[in-house]
Amino acid sequence: MTRRRLPQWLLLVPALALLAAVLLFPLGQSLVRSLGAPDWTLDHYVSLFTDGVTLTILGRTAGTAAIVTVIAILLGYPYAYLMTRVGPRTRGVLLVIVLIPFWTSVMARNFAWIVILQRGGPVDSFFRMFGLDVVLYGSVAGVAIAMSQVLLPFMVLPLYSALSGIDRRLLLAARGLGSHPLAAFWKIYWPLSRGGVVAGLILVFTLSLGFYVTPALLGTPQQSLVAQLLAQRTTQLLDFPGASALGILVLVVTLVLVAWANRVGGSVSALGVVATGRTKER
Amino acid sequence: MAQTPSGSGTDTTTLAAGARGARRRARSVDPIPWWLVAIVVVVALYFMLPTLFVIPMSFSSASTFQFPPKGLSLQLYVNFFTDPVWLRSLGNSFLVAILAALLATVVGTAAALGLHSLTGRWARLARTLLMVSIVTPGIVLAVAIYITFLQWRLVGTPLGYVLAHAAIGVPFVLVSVTTALGGFDPKLLRASASLGATPLRTFLRVTMPLIGRGIVTGAIFAFVTSFDEVVIALFLRSPLFQTLPVQMYNSVTVEIDPTIAASSSLVVVAVTAVFLIPQLVGGRKRTRRS
Repeated sequence: MTRRRLPQWLLLVPALALLAAVLLFPLGQSLVRSLGAPDWTLDHYVSLFTDGVTLTILGRTAGTAAIVTVIAILLGYPYAYLMTRVGPRTRGVLLVIVLIPFWTSVMARNFAWIVILQRGGPVDSFFRMFGLDVVLYGSVAGVAIAMSQVLLPFMVLPLYSALSGIDRRLLLAARGLGSHPLAAFWKIYWPLSRGGVVAGLILVFTLSLGFYVTPALLGTPQQSLVAQLLAQRTTQLLDFPGASALGILVLVVTLVLVAWANRVGGSVSALGVVATGRTKER
Repeated sequence: MAQTPSGSGTDTTTLAAGARGARRRARSVDPIPWWLVAIVVVVALYFMLPTLFVIPMSFSSASTFQFPPKGLSLQLYVNFFTDPVWLRSLGNSFLVAILAALLATVVGTAAALGLHSLTGRWARLARTLLMVSIVTPGIVLAVAIYITFLQWRLVGTPLGYVLAHAAIGVPFVLVSVTTALGGFDPKLLRASASLGATPLRTFLRVTMPLIGRGIVTGAIFAFVTSFDEVVIALFLRSPLFQTLPVQMYNSVTVEIDPTIAASSSLVVVAVTAVFLIPQLVGGRKRTRRS
């Protein structure tokens, strides 16, 4: 008995239709709008680089992303390294802990950072004991600390995946041949881990570029990042073509960087890492 | 720190164990430095820091964000469960998240099944397209969706929220169902059909029990993603319809309302429970096997 079978690809239609309506069509409209349809022009893109404000904010955003990335590699590398050294049970605990930022609610997390960093808060009181006046709330440093916390998993997971593939007996061999432990690490271990490091660096940097809630709540309007500029142009200035051009620029930069991270990561798929965790407020 | 007791075997046996031997280090030859452990403990605390502050804050009796709280009370929880604005936002969030997760799970599962046996350029393109929202910056998406939904009169409507949140939930369902399908043998489908089962019956009796876990995991991810989503929600909000994260955002920007501490704690505890329980169960299984 043969039953006529529907083609398999029909199963894809509902998902693709939803995506087309909610993601692809609005983004396509953005692209068309940014090109000044119906009279096509690149003016909206040109003015991004000539209006003086946008370029400053893009620079500040890249700078903040760089700080976040440096914090992430400095804290993420030891963490991922230790994960390869401990027994399976401890590793499981470390893995659960690294995933905590993924499931801490966005607003709860940012609220907590306001409490921690505010004037008169725990960090301020701590520094006051030493007679220092350090208020991180409303500063780029405060924003970077809060962003690194949630982006660290994107460093730790690809790194762990790369580091766990390295044969530690190479280090023992080097030391057996008289090498200093640090020299052995620097000459053997570090080069072998470079794929994971680069993938993590690009991933964290890229995801930092789109943060909106954290800089909006912990930063100041005077030091706004590109996401705040995008929101302001849309809802306050109602400059839809200008906002669309800025949005498309950020999107293209992001996609190019993620594709790059995917290539250098090799077996470590950046997309896969992103998908295993929940990405908040990317 | 838990150590595997078998790790301290003699060098010859360790090397003889081959690939596994590389992991199991002889402690005396290759010790873990104490400073590394210290750094990792600090980093682990950093991961938990927001959670550690939110929960004590929620029992504060003050009407500010002061920490440590001067007095302890359940006042903020009382506020949360009696204030109609907070309660309505909570209800809206549940409504949107349930519907969005349902929609994302149905279309995402179908897509994963469709992609399972398809190969080639078009299947790859479809998969990439379905995943692309995961790397798209939320703000770019929010602005694009906002302007388009203005034209469609979907801003401030439950339908607008559900559609947007379902779209960003699809990748999570796709990934978890695809993973579950990894060990799935398509020959089972033919076997079932040859025994006379309809495709629907095959799906319910053969496919579902095998990939059910993946579907449930995907649905939970989609639910939590929607429940917690704030960037798109900020653009789609209206005075008549807003979700819990938007109300939480208002409470730190417009009003200084510490009720957000109670709301945060409830969300954090609920979400942690949802994610941690399967993880603990799975973790125990893994250790038993090894």
